[in-house]
Amino acid sequence: MKMDTNVGTSVSIRDLSLSFGSVNVLRKLDLEIRDGEFLVLLGPSGCGKSTLLNCIAGLLDVSEGQIIIKGRNVTWEEPKDRGIGMVFQSYALYPQMTVEKNLSFGLRVAGVPKEEIKKRIARAAEILQIEPLLQRKPSALSGGQRQRVAIGRALVRDVDVFLFDEPLSNLDAKLRSELRVEIKRLHQKLGNTMIYVTHDQIEALTLADRIAVMKGGVVQQLDDPMTIYNKPRNRFVAGFIGSPSMNFISGTLAEKAGKPVFRADDLEVALHGYEADEALAPGREVVLGLRPEHIRIGGEGSDGHEAIVDLDEPMGADSLVWLKVAGKPLSVRVESGKRYRPGEKVKVHFNAPMASVFDAKSEERV
Amino acid sequence: MAEATAIQTRSHAHTEPWGAKPKRMFAPSTIMVYGVLIVAALYYLLPLYVMVMTSLKGMPEIRLGNIFAPPVEVTFEPWVKAWSQACTGLYCEGIRTGFWNSVKITFPSVIASILIASVNGYALSNWKFRGSEVFFTILLFGAFIPYQVMLYPLVIITRELGIFGTLTGVVVIHTIFGMPILTLLFRNYFASLPPELFKAARVDGAGFWRIFFQIMLPMSLPIFVVAIILQVTGIWNDFLFGVIFAGTPNFPMTVQLNNIVNSVQGVKEYNVNMAATILTGAVPLLIYFLSGRYFVRGIAAGAVKG
Repeated sequence: MKMDTNVGTSVSIRDLSLSFGSVNVLRKLDLEIRDGEFLVLLGPSGCGKSTLLNCIAGLLDVSEGQIIIKGRNVTWEEPKDRGIGMVFQSYALYPQMTVEKNLSFGLRVAGVPKEEIKKRIARAAEILQIEPLLQRKPSALSGGQRQRVAIGRALVRDVDVFLFDEPLSNLDAKLRSELRVEIKRLHQKLGNTMIYVTHDQIEALTLADRIAVMKGGVVQQLDDPMTIYNKPRNRFVAGFIGSPSMNFISGTLAEKAGKPVFRADDLEVALHGYEADEALAPGREVVLGLRPEHIRIGGEGSDGHEAIVDLDEPMGADSLVWLKVAGKPLSVRVESGKRYRPGEKVKVHFNAPMASVFDAKSEERV
Repeated sequence: MAEATAIQTRSHAHTEPWGAKPKRMFAPSTIMVYGVLIVAALYYLLPLYVMVMTSLKGMPEIRLGNIFAPPVEVTFEPWVKAWSQACTGLYCEGIRTGFWNSVKITFPSVIASILIASVNGYALSNWKFRGSEVFFTILLFGAFIPYQVMLYPLVIITRELGIFGTLTGVVVIHTIFGMPILTLLFRNYFASLPPELFKAARVDGAGFWRIFFQIMLPMSLPIFVVAIILQVTGIWNDFLFGVIFAGTPNFPMTVQLNNIVNSVQGVKEYNVNMAATILTGAVPLLIYFLSGRYFVRGIAAGAVKG
């Protein structure tokens, strides 16, 4: 992935490594973040995503590599000189200061004139609708209000890059979805570069222009949300993204009437229409990945694979039906309203063009 | 409707367990707990009672030997004598000089040791540097070395510095010896504060001292109260360092009390001794009563998490 590194690049990370003693948290990481882009770092806990964010912020010293923000090499700079604002999971508001003082702290430290401070606070308070809260202490605010103030603290700094470290993880589900929308709206309004760390894939898919899926200190895939979802580059990304998660079946590739098929014991899936038709060499050991919504249940008597219903999980808007196809468990997403009884016999169809095939050994996409 | 009525009827007939479980006033466990607590309280209060009673009696009444009996004739003579006339060696000025000496020793020692230790603890928990853990371990090790081992070297060091036998000398010694435990206390407290707060302040551009004074200090009242109580009590009650490093004119109250109580000439004036002892112990006691609430809170907040 070669990109122009000078024009339109906001943050660029080159060859970044970080180790604590013998533990390598980040390994030779390269990342180019475009101007005004919303980049989400997604991964399970311990994958190094928060560490990477702390490195960008300058709160952690890197072992190797460079960090360049707005064309300036800031690898050795103090956090305040990097042109970043940061929002933390635990809000990190100064408990003894009022909201107004919290917002103005950084500006007062920097010696910004009083008039200017007033103007910036008024603007941030208006954008985030926290004007009535300015004279309150953080302890008198709800979780959502606190996080809004924390965002405001980054806002008044008037910076190029916003860093979010799991900002919504401490909130309950309802508030989380509300604030998620607000953050997206904020990004549309301000057009700043935003780097957002989360382990929540819904947040990642809804907010991001591009998602960097991380594991073990390495970026597994960096793409727009739809590509990540539909064409995961390896089995880890495929399994991590998507809820309910993807079905995996191990088997081998074969050829039938000149067209590639996938075989696992008695199950045979035609792979005609798969993106890389020619790469599907017969005899190769592979894992077939199918999302629950890419399997369709047909009526009795239609052609397709024989399946037995195992379990039915209604989830409101749709339901998840667990099936056994040739002895292999599969989950299928169906419209709500249709109920299936355990033991019922149905026919299923696979949407081969939407499937993902991974090499059994390397777990890379074929 | 019928169901609702049924529930209501059931709630009125208390044949089955319903609502809050009734508490028995004199359950065996309650009696045990209060019994043990009362006995323990009596055990610790009895000596104090005897001291106060004895200090309020005249000598003839004390000679009767009924140490538990309240005074027939209450007199404050012994208290006055203990404060302003009792003899310590050659001087008969009571323990008031000792009181003021102790104040002069305690105040600067408490302030200096807490100021230094709080900055130490803050640096060790938030500004980790290469070898900071080793540094901390060495400092902590100091808490386990018996004082007696260090006395003679310290006497020589202070003599060479020209502060042996002076107020400055004893203050310096107290400050040094307060370091290990106080640093541990502050380090653990600051480590228990959310690290994001410190990070946020750094992103906001605050430096070492600004974060310390404007972010950390306002959140640390409980642990400061704990440190003050520990230090005031420890330094006020100290005998060893006072008698060695302070020099005769600066003897703290504890040393003077010892001189009064253990003087061998004349009659043993038990009432004066008791009054002098209570006077000496009054300061730490008072501090504890005034701030005990914060003490418990601070211990709970700071000492648990390491």
